[in-house]
Amino acid sequence: MGTVFSFDIRDTPTAAIASALRTAVAWLHHVDEVFSPYRPGSAVSRLARGEISRADCSPEVREVLDLCARVRRATDGWFSHTPDGTLDPSGLVKGWAVERAWRILDTAGAGNACVNGGGDLQLGGESAPGVPWRIGIAHPLRPGTLCTVVTGRDLAIATSGTAERGAHILDPHTGAPADGPASVTVVGRRLTLTDAYATAAFAMGGRAAEWLEHLDGYEGFAVLRDGRSWRTTGFPDAERRPSPGGRTAGPLAR
Amino acid sequence: MRRAVLTTASTSALVVLLLTLKPHHSPGPTAGSPQTGAAASPTTTGSTHRDAGHGNGTYTGDPVTTKYGTVQVAISVKAGQLSAVKVLKSPSGNGHDREIAAYALPRLTQEALNVHSARIDAVSGASYTSAGYIRSLQSALDEAGV
Repeated sequence: MGTVFSFDIRDTPTAAIASALRTAVAWLHHVDEVFSPYRPGSAVSRLARGEISRADCSPEVREVLDLCARVRRATDGWFSHTPDGTLDPSGLVKGWAVERAWRILDTAGAGNACVNGGGDLQLGGESAPGVPWRIGIAHPLRPGTLCTVVTGRDLAIATSGTAERGAHILDPHTGAPADGPASVTVVGRRLTLTDAYATAAFAMGGRAAEWLEHLDGYEGFAVLRDGRSWRTTGFPDAERRPSPGGRTAGPLAR
Repeated sequence: MRRAVLTTASTSALVVLLLTLKPHHSPGPTAGSPQTGAAASPTTTGSTHRDAGHGNGTYTGDPVTTKYGTVQVAISVKAGQLSAVKVLKSPSGNGHDREIAAYALPRLTQEALNVHSARIDAVSGASYTSAGYIRSLQSALDEAGV
């Protein structure tokens, strides 16, 4: 199963933007060739088999490995690029690749664009002059419906969950099924870290709410397996309202 | 293609790629169905510059061959926006395939239409898992110019 990437550019097309779009598409193909764990000849596959060392790798591979190590520290190990002992930086690469593809467009003058990598998005500017982007969050328990809508300008959104794959996450400390959320959405400025933090928050399960509440520059929202939800105090959706206890919790509106 | 359904700006550029980078993984032990390792070749399924608001009518997507069978959809467009998705072909090799198709395709269709009706620009979260459906839908959207 592959991942679908899409570009949505709201600026008037120019030659520079058209050229940047081709560059961005070529960039994603390049990332796929270098980082895909499904390609035996990719740098990541060769690294994982021990055929090459870090020193043999291109600067971009080393950059990704450094970012992975940094995120692993920042999340107390809840994000890992060696999830079962084998090198697999995919959890970070997708967001990183999308952010850079978006930057290629932004630099070329497409300041109002959305790059979507399999449901994780980097958005610049706004959807139309004076109109912020509106991004639906897919409901993990009721496929085909949305659980909330995020509104904003210049933001990154990533959602992590098992709804489509049906996997069961186990608590690494107890081996028991985690009492975690059905999905966690994180909103930040840039997708590389936003995406990795969504992955980590999902793995954290119950403690994710507290962690995200104290993570500067990021907001979170989760739907639990029993249908209830929580959101951090600054989560930018229509449901946001002040509450004395900080987070609001309760059945979703839809 | 979700945003293709919704684009209301005067112009937009739409490109959809299918790459082999897998979606999120989570650290820690996991059980249940593993990721399938079948990697699709990178394919650019659409690349367009066009005005929105054109193309009322019905458009047929390309038939797309998957390992489960052929998927093909047709779409109806009104006022430059997606109004209906009809599944013309779906895998029907055995009873199990039929059961999955009967469940998955209407669900994907409904998701495409719900996104349209909610007046949103894109969706974050559980992505379409049916690559064949996506590619056929995208080719129909490309043809329609929405």
